[in-house]
Amino acid sequence: MGLIVLLIIVVVLGFWFVGVYNGLVALKNQVFNAWKQIDVQLKRRHDLIPNLVETVKGAMNFERDTLEAVVTARNKAIAVQAPAAGAAPSAQQVQQTAAAESQLTGALGRLFAVVEAYPDLKATGNVAQLQEELTSTENKIAFARQLYNDTATQYNTKQQQFPANLVAGFAKAAPAELWEISDAAERENVKVDLSMNPKK
Amino acid sequence: MSENGNLFAQQEANRRRSRRLVIGFILFFAWLGFGGDFIFYEYTKGAGPGAYHHVVPFFGIILTIIAAGMAWWAWTTGPKRVLWSTGARELTDPQTPQEQQLDNVVEEMAVASGLPKPKIWIIPDADPNALATGHDANTSSIAVTQGLLDLCSRDELQAVVAHEMGHIKNLDVRLMTQLAALVGAVTLIGDGVGRMFFYGGNPLGGLGGGRRSGGGDRDDRGGGNGVLLIVLLVFWILSWILAPIIMRLMALGVSRDREYLADAMSAQFTRNPLSLATALGKIEDADAPTKSIKGGAAQMCIADPTGRHLNSKEGKLAELFGTHPPMALRIARLKAMGYQAPPAAIPGSR
Repeated sequence: MGLIVLLIIVVVLGFWFVGVYNGLVALKNQVFNAWKQIDVQLKRRHDLIPNLVETVKGAMNFERDTLEAVVTARNKAIAVQAPAAGAAPSAQQVQQTAAAESQLTGALGRLFAVVEAYPDLKATGNVAQLQEELTSTENKIAFARQLYNDTATQYNTKQQQFPANLVAGFAKAAPAELWEISDAAERENVKVDLSMNPKK
Repeated sequence: MSENGNLFAQQEANRRRSRRLVIGFILFFAWLGFGGDFIFYEYTKGAGPGAYHHVVPFFGIILTIIAAGMAWWAWTTGPKRVLWSTGARELTDPQTPQEQQLDNVVEEMAVASGLPKPKIWIIPDADPNALATGHDANTSSIAVTQGLLDLCSRDELQAVVAHEMGHIKNLDVRLMTQLAALVGAVTLIGDGVGRMFFYGGNPLGGLGGGRRSGGGDRDDRGGGNGVLLIVLLVFWILSWILAPIIMRLMALGVSRDREYLADAMSAQFTRNPLSLATALGKIEDADAPTKSIKGGAAQMCIADPTGRHLNSKEGKLAELFGTHPPMALRIARLKAMGYQAPPAAIPGSR
């Protein structure tokens, strides 16, 4: 009798273990996948920027710094992107990518604000189209980030909560790094110079 | 996150509902078909040796084959027929800035929900409305009316699309397609059999044909079950007459709760419940019916395309017969999510 009870307990525990283990592995893969989605969107953003710069360059001769800030931020962001091929994002990679991309976001925000100040430029169909394209890309990055952070939080919570945390070690579950806004540039308000004075 | 945990629970609940629906449908049809056979069997059992004995359940077998075939056909072609019936055109190559924006917004919401991008359709109707249909996340479609594109801002359009993505992620689209397929099958067969009842003379003569004499009275309960037989027969005929109505009421009950949930998921995807609130307000204010969307697809839309006057009142009648919850309630809940209304101000909030 005692043996049967023991056996039942072992079997129930076994099922519970397998269930939690598989749940953690599934979540881990969801986190990886969410990170890849961010990567896809970031790549699209990087590809779009040269196009945008080319289009507005001619009309924005006196906003050179703004444009240059965008180009340098993009190049820096691409340089960070390079090592993140395939594998899971390490905490460091997440932080570096987040920092570089938020620089780019800040630079693009300033460029948008400047474009707003040039009605002639905005009126040309090309720019309006590009602007919608970039707005959408920025949104997609934000939503991909949101999905990544949600999934990562869910994964982290699951592996830290008792009693699932007992299984976390077996499933090689480690807390995933959240994508946080670490750079002041992205929090900064956009300043626009409407004086139309040529700058050097 | 808690809403994600809730989401899996919801998906599981929907899968369970789907299974229950199919099982209930099968049992109902078994009753309609084999129940009739049983009554006929009992009825002919006492007849003399030369008379017809109903032993092989033709009625049930034929009905099962017809119903299975129709449900299968309706399931596989359902989403296509819904879109076709609205006169929608697929947006494959966006031309105008408006179409480009729609395409982008749908893609954004696909990213936010972590699902593949659904097909996009535009319904040429001036009334703002939207619907989602499909079998699962990989074969889904989102359709919006031209009126919605003209009326809503980018944020509002995004919120409406997110609501539809919520339906897709919840597997509501599968449940709805299934429900529509089964309701359609029952209604059509019910109509056909009803015609036989009322115009065909002998009620059972129509399908019970195939005269074959057989022996084998396995279960002889004597002649005392005449009353039982009549009660069964009346109940059976009533089921036939009521079948389409029962199926419709079931469809209504399933679809109403889904709307609150899809609203909440829209808020989860966009993190902006207030833009869905204003979008719903705009849809409500444009009080013309959506003519392109027929009654059969009503439960798939973001707002009831037909009985909108019902939804504007918060009455018991609206609660019972609407495919959607009253709009005022939905907007109030969304505003509470956006901290613009105290939760206590919402009637019926849990």
